[in-house]
Amino acid sequence: MITRREFVKGGIAAFTVSFAAPAFLTDLARAQGSASRNLVVLNLSGGNDGLSLLVPYTDPFYYSRRPTLAIPAGSVLQIGSDTSGKAQGLHPKLTGLREIFNQGRLAVIQRAGYQNSSRSHFSGTDIWSTGNPPNTQGSGWLGRYLSTLKPLDPLDAWTATADTPHSLQASGVAVASVPSVTGYQFNSPNTGNEAALERAAAANIASHMPVDQPHVAFVGASVQAAMATLQRVSTVAQYRPTVAYPGNGFGQALQAVAGAMVKGIGTRVFFVQTGGFDTHASQDTVSDNGAYVRLMTTLDTGLKDFFDDVKNAGLLGDTLVLSFSEFGRRITENGSRGTDHGAASPMLAMGGLVRGGLYGTAASLNPDPANPTLENAGGDIHFETDFRSVYAKVIDNWLGGDSAGILGGNFRKAGLDFV
Amino acid sequence: MADPRIQHLLRRAGFGASADDLAVFGDLAYGSAVARLVNYESIPDDVDGKIGQPGYVGMTSNGPFSPSTVINDARQRWLFRMLHSARPLQEKMTLFWHNYFATGYTKLAGALQAPNAARVMAAKPSEDPARQQGQLELFRENALGAVSDLLVAVAQDPAMLVWLDGNTNTKTKPQENFGRELMELFTRGVGFYTEDDVYAAARVFTGWNLSADLRTTTGTFRFVYNANAHETSAKTFSFPVYPDGGRTIPARSASSGMQDGLDFIAALASHPETAQRIATRLYAFFVSETAAPPPNFIGRLASVYLQNGTRMRPVIEYLLGSAEFQAPATYFTRYSWPVEFVIRSLKETGWTGFSLGSTLSPLVSMGQQLFEPPDVAGWALGESWFSTGAMLTRMNFASTLAGNQKFRLATAAAEAKESPLALVNYMLSRLTTSDVRGEVYNDLIAYASGVSAWTGSAAQLQAKAPGLAHLILGSAEYQFL
Repeated sequence: MITRREFVKGGIAAFTVSFAAPAFLTDLARAQGSASRNLVVLNLSGGNDGLSLLVPYTDPFYYSRRPTLAIPAGSVLQIGSDTSGKAQGLHPKLTGLREIFNQGRLAVIQRAGYQNSSRSHFSGTDIWSTGNPPNTQGSGWLGRYLSTLKPLDPLDAWTATADTPHSLQASGVAVASVPSVTGYQFNSPNTGNEAALERAAAANIASHMPVDQPHVAFVGASVQAAMATLQRVSTVAQYRPTVAYPGNGFGQALQAVAGAMVKGIGTRVFFVQTGGFDTHASQDTVSDNGAYVRLMTTLDTGLKDFFDDVKNAGLLGDTLVLSFSEFGRRITENGSRGTDHGAASPMLAMGGLVRGGLYGTAASLNPDPANPTLENAGGDIHFETDFRSVYAKVIDNWLGGDSAGILGGNFRKAGLDFV
Repeated sequence: MADPRIQHLLRRAGFGASADDLAVFGDLAYGSAVARLVNYESIPDDVDGKIGQPGYVGMTSNGPFSPSTVINDARQRWLFRMLHSARPLQEKMTLFWHNYFATGYTKLAGALQAPNAARVMAAKPSEDPARQQGQLELFRENALGAVSDLLVAVAQDPAMLVWLDGNTNTKTKPQENFGRELMELFTRGVGFYTEDDVYAAARVFTGWNLSADLRTTTGTFRFVYNANAHETSAKTFSFPVYPDGGRTIPARSASSGMQDGLDFIAALASHPETAQRIATRLYAFFVSETAAPPPNFIGRLASVYLQNGTRMRPVIEYLLGSAEFQAPATYFTRYSWPVEFVIRSLKETGWTGFSLGSTLSPLVSMGQQLFEPPDVAGWALGESWFSTGAMLTRMNFASTLAGNQKFRLATAAAEAKESPLALVNYMLSRLTTSDVRGEVYNDLIAYASGVSAWTGSAAQLQAKAPGLAHLILGSAEYQFL
């Protein structure tokens, strides 16, 4: 049996992409070009307060339930209305993202989540990683996608985090963890021939896999993968961006991702994380130095610089950024001027081939327990789009994979055509 | 060579064995070694007084060394204790609790200012103007104490009150963060409580707040029970809170409402689910991460815990004395944490002329900055430590340390200068690894033999001894305890 992927690789190179082409052709043609495509998965860790990122500024309950945290209607960045006619606005600090939205290159997928949403950071993150609720254990969805690539390369995936995120974990898949490009090198206490011999010895030592000791073999494989990727990662350290990224960790991580793309080191999936979203107290969505304001500034400056840099390099059409967070937050603010763990929240998709706009419909924030757009007795936002439908779209239409196989079922959703 | 069981014991119940440690423990019978580790109160706690003395590892501080107000100094002091304490098990359990009740400095620094955040994380009362006790000292003091006491202390700990927002938990706006994590991470475990339990737990701890004076770095941070902020109605749970099976904490007057939390913690500490959870965590920490926890052994650990009023000393004593712990098959089956890797490298390679300041940045890249766990669940353990970037950082730390200790290593290795083989054997006796197989052994010998003909000269030893130290410390085989 020929898989879709093999068929696609087999040779339809003659097709050119046209937005006027029938949908299936577009899909195939896009998939055919996917070898040079990059996916950048962005984890907003801690549970992002979606109502402060995408503000339902015409919903009176937004203001009554958030007496200190609601963002005044006059200061939100309006981005129009969704298909239900509900007007939405971005957080005032997201000026760069609004510009990208206006260019049609930012999609906002409202109310992404799943049934019986976990309110635990850890279970929640695990579920978004496995793509298999309610299972928190098992391989990650990106890892399963990567495991379909042949031949596997230790630079197929790159994470800017010090550990390997669960999303990327799968048997046989090596992930390069590059928290710092300049630190990704092999040092030696010696110089010259001694150092060269040491480096060769380290590679030899790591090449022996004690099959009866899988734990030792696992660490040995990590050494091996590190040794095999040193040269290519070192080229990224030479990258000179076309924009001045912010000096924070998020900006620097995105600069390295852009560098890896420009240097063409072969990476398909990047993972970048920015934290601080667990805003139980003093969330402050408005003041210049407010906690949530700073989160939005970090997000906006990093993503806008990345967008511009990649665009300047001519790689925007090969780039898709997809954000997720383990859960949204309670609608009603708590006594600490913060918000507790909730349920659904928006996802962002940004890139040169993104069909921008607002996807899905906003919840009504009316606390009536019978309100079908809410759950938990009107306390939290109920999901509308299963997050696996978003993953399915990315796998099928962007990465050229088979979402049904990777996600263990058909989660494709009509109308969810953001890419 | 010491009894391999003693070496195993010191790797697990301590941070490995330096020559000094082996001088103390090397000739003890196994049971006596366990007793010395577990009953550490009989050994003077004088390690902090050795900071700055000749013969001990160095520190690097920006300004006067101030471990109670500067977090990087607190990090170095704790590493110093791990390296030099004569009570290694106390430091090991302190690390266990730090990960178990994982609290992060940065959030505290945002709320309290940096020096106060360092104080509530790490100050020793004896050196603090307001006799503030940092969370670390709480863990050291209760390292082998009763979990029921430790949970109360943690619930009232200023750092925890800020970290999980108990500070702002009031009857008008109950704050769920602490109550949820108390059940999910500190006691019963996920799946053993409901969302309604979370709401009820939040109400139980209403009024468990913080009395804080943020104006100075000499002010005090103390737990305060705020009766006016306590929600007095009854709280019902999905599990028993009282020995008679009762699931409801009764309505109480505001003035006696603090008892709600004390009842709740006492119940949680001695739930069988909690005992199982702690036993399972201890198994992975002390015994093995490569074998599934045997239910029977976990059951016995849990029983010791419950039968001894949740006190940890009998549990750890039982664990270290067990056949399961001592079995050679468990040697080197625990993935070393970055701080364990760093400290054991120092103990086995040497530290004279080395500064703990040089470990701080590598530890971040290895994935373990002390006082900065990624979240309240603590660090992701086991295989998760070994991403390519983190492993490269371990290898590069090994290179830095080997280069730093080059002359001492070469001098010590002079006894093995007759051949490359002898040198490899010497280095492997000093740097303890899991079984080094034939191919790896041959690679080490080939490296020692390479570049130029063997002479055993001082210059050759100064290249080969640190080169081998780098290769061994950076090998997969060395990354296990």
